[in-house]
Amino acid sequence: MNDDTTQGKRGEDKGAAEDGAAVFLERDALQTLLALLQSGGYRLVGPQVRDGAIVYETLGGAEQLPRGWHDEQAPGRYRLHYDPASPRLFAWANGPQALKPLVFAPRELLWEAHRDETGNLRFQDCLPSGERIAVIGVRACDLAALALQDAHFLEGPFPDAAYHRRRTGLFLVAVDCSHPAETCFCAATGDGPRVEAGKGAAWDLRLQELEAGFLVEAGSRAGAAYLARLPARAATEAERAAALAQAQAAVARQTRRLPAPGPSAGAPCHDAAGLAGALTARHDHPHWHDVAQRCLACGNCTAVCPTCFCAGDEEVPDLAGTASRHYRQWDSCFTAAHSYIHGIVIRAETRHRYRQWLTHKLDTWHAQYGRSGCVGCGRCITWCPAGIDLTAEAEALVP
Amino acid sequence: MNPRPPAAPRLRVAVHKFTSCDGCQLAFLNLGEQLLELAERVDLVHFAEAGPVDPDAAVDIAFVEGSISTPEEVERIGRIRRASRYLITLGACATAGGIQALRNFADGDAWLRSLYARPETIRSLATVTPIARHVKVDWELWGCPVSGRQVLAAITSLLAGVTPRAEEDKLCLACKRGQAVCVMVARGEPCMGPVTRTGCGALCPRFGRACYGCYGPAENVNTRSHSRCLAGLGLAPEAVRARYHFITSQAPAFLAAGNSAQDDVT
Amino acid sequence: MIDIDDSLPETPSRRHPVRSPWLAEIVERREEARDIFTLRLRLCREAARSRYRFQPGQFNMLYLFGVGEVPISIVSDPEDEALLDHTIRVVGRVTRGLAQLRAGDRLGIRGPFGRGWPVQAAEGRDVMVITGGLGCAPSVSVIDYIARRRERFGHLTIMQGVKHHHDLLWRERYEAWGRQPGTTVLLAADQGGPVWPWHVGPVTGLFDQAPVSPGRTVAMLCGPEGMMQAVVRELRARGVADRDIWLSMERNMHCAVGLCGHCQFGPHFVCRNGPVFPLAEIADLFGVRGI
Repeated sequence: MNDDTTQGKRGEDKGAAEDGAAVFLERDALQTLLALLQSGGYRLVGPQVRDGAIVYETLGGAEQLPRGWHDEQAPGRYRLHYDPASPRLFAWANGPQALKPLVFAPRELLWEAHRDETGNLRFQDCLPSGERIAVIGVRACDLAALALQDAHFLEGPFPDAAYHRRRTGLFLVAVDCSHPAETCFCAATGDGPRVEAGKGAAWDLRLQELEAGFLVEAGSRAGAAYLARLPARAATEAERAAALAQAQAAVARQTRRLPAPGPSAGAPCHDAAGLAGALTARHDHPHWHDVAQRCLACGNCTAVCPTCFCAGDEEVPDLAGTASRHYRQWDSCFTAAHSYIHGIVIRAETRHRYRQWLTHKLDTWHAQYGRSGCVGCGRCITWCPAGIDLTAEAEALVP
Repeated sequence: MNPRPPAAPRLRVAVHKFTSCDGCQLAFLNLGEQLLELAERVDLVHFAEAGPVDPDAAVDIAFVEGSISTPEEVERIGRIRRASRYLITLGACATAGGIQALRNFADGDAWLRSLYARPETIRSLATVTPIARHVKVDWELWGCPVSGRQVLAAITSLLAGVTPRAEEDKLCLACKRGQAVCVMVARGEPCMGPVTRTGCGALCPRFGRACYGCYGPAENVNTRSHSRCLAGLGLAPEAVRARYHFITSQAPAFLAAGNSAQDDVT
Repeated sequence: MIDIDDSLPETPSRRHPVRSPWLAEIVERREEARDIFTLRLRLCREAARSRYRFQPGQFNMLYLFGVGEVPISIVSDPEDEALLDHTIRVVGRVTRGLAQLRAGDRLGIRGPFGRGWPVQAAEGRDVMVITGGLGCAPSVSVIDYIARRRERFGHLTIMQGVKHHHDLLWRERYEAWGRQPGTTVLLAADQGGPVWPWHVGPVTGLFDQAPVSPGRTVAMLCGPEGMMQAVVRELRARGVADRDIWLSMERNMHCAVGLCGHCQFGPHFVCRNGPVFPLAEIADLFGVRGI
């Protein structure tokens, strides 16, 4: 976020625009926005094709965006295809990562200890630089996930300084998801595919991509200031209708969903009680053993999950014995070290680790943060090398 | 408070070579400046590749590179063990057999006869074995070659009077922290990452290549499911077996996985 | 503009956002038993000492230079705020390194963390402190707390079980507590010996000698989970309600402030919501393997 929104809570003025306020921007004019953001002091981070996937990395300009690229996702499988005839920049569903590494760093230095020749110690806190980053093309699922990470890292009794600093530097250009993957189920969790005001983390600008360009609206004062400088015109009825039809098609394309037992059946999982209590109550269900036969306990699901927040500390002393650095890095409940206490691994078996992950994500997260920890992005399904599908596992446990 | 210099007593360190390619010793040497810094804190009493030679010296830490392949090596590793407070294996050969252990799966005598003009001059054991099959090993450093970072971490831990930190998570976690795109999911590469021990920094996958398992098995591996994943990517059972029976074939989990690959994937 | 204070830490657990430890000095190191020792620590900075307040049952993260941190409960009486005792068993890397420190050495402290024993809720009631093994350590501060405010509590029963009679720490301390009015001390060892005058067998074998009055008794448990499960069965059988049974739980901890995720026990972060829980809060999880 930015100097326009610093008084108080993150982005309290974001995501406030009415749906009807959208204007139309030619596709080529997106570069104007990117250039304005760059001159406004932001590093751009946006989607681009690298190593066979769409990843979010530093973006030089609009020409690096994945124009004409489409993805194909299935359990344990991800492939890209190029269509030279397609003018679209965002005609794909999310790749392995998006916002999480930008706010919850995969590895970072927390503090340093220095020891002098008398054995005295001195401690020094370390913080990231507070860089301003404009992220281009943030999906609704990742806005929902960001709100959950905010709840975890910022809204508890011990807010995290590094997360806070990274988070306050974000300017979010969101885009409605027009091409959900086969693994997506954000419509079922109620988190997407449309970007909406008041749902998930607040955004600065929202794009809806059409064949000829974008419908654009501002969700914050900062976003509005940038929007005012763009060569946009009022959107036509036809353009609005096309955007609406596209959004409805994106919902219709999704087939997966999480079970919603009991009186809340049919309601989006995170609005209702969802699976709260349901998996804890089934801690001895034989299906945990079944999934453990397939699960590699490799932790890929936790690494790609945009809401997983576990991190382990690691101490790296220098050779001279005069300084030592205290890092934290992404950890996973699929490791033995995660549940180690004085010679005992509490979750020694894969069935206990998978149970911990799924139960936390879909059940106990409700008690912690008032909703499910799953935003329906489907990453854990696609990026599981064994192709384990959490919606299928949840269904098997809570039919 | 009592003035007490932080410097721990100088440890005596030896680096020994058995059947190996010397690559792990090179990883040690490639530490460069850090090696000089290390020499400030420990006495390198035997490290033939780097200069000092005193193979029988009593030491605090003996790093051992290479596997046991000859009768002479069986005898020598016993002597080293007796002269060392801690014995740490250095790399895949010493820890899990290395590439030369592939002859355990073949007719080694036939290879000898076909390769050497005078095979009777070669004295080797019937099988190639890791150091731990012969003497007690206090700590194992995996990899082909080992990572200099891990070697240093082991030494700094021992200097601080504590055991080295175990690194036994699956490689995938380091790969994802490095923001590498999964070569298995995105390209169908037969990656060993989901069963392989971390430590290398996901070097191969970050350069677009499948992990070949040189760090050996991670903790709690599900090799049966992994074998099926590899088969699902098009590998024949024999190719699945060969993935496990490679650089770290004598690690029990990989030895067993290779042996059961045929059954696991069919 | 961001509301982060970049200055060096004064209070490691204050809101926003200090992470590095406070400096502390070892005032005394006591060998308690084989591989068990106590470090008496004093915070080095006056500012730190004046801010530091803890409740019985809370813990600190102790930091050993170059090695890392470990959660250790505070053994001393909260009234002795200048001196913080930590009784430590050598089980892992950090504790092995801590064992080598001597008086005068320095280390780091973050804390105090977590929810301690329910000393307010226990006022006016009978208290049973039932511990096993080194589980006695986190309970010492609450026993001392009650002993110093004896008139505010009903009968105090202290039950401690050990595997081998050699494992009993603080024999004199138990004997001294036992001489106090209104206090019963009951000790048990799975393996007794000629110098063991107390019960031989599990700690649950002591219940025949222990006064339990449902509705009046508050039980505080600390020890291996298997031992606590057995004790819970006895207490429930004697009519003690789950809300009156408090347990000190243990899980892996890195951050100690509910962020790192390691200590999750169902929906609870043990470091923040615990380590002491009323059984009523965790009854559906307690004793389930692998949670």
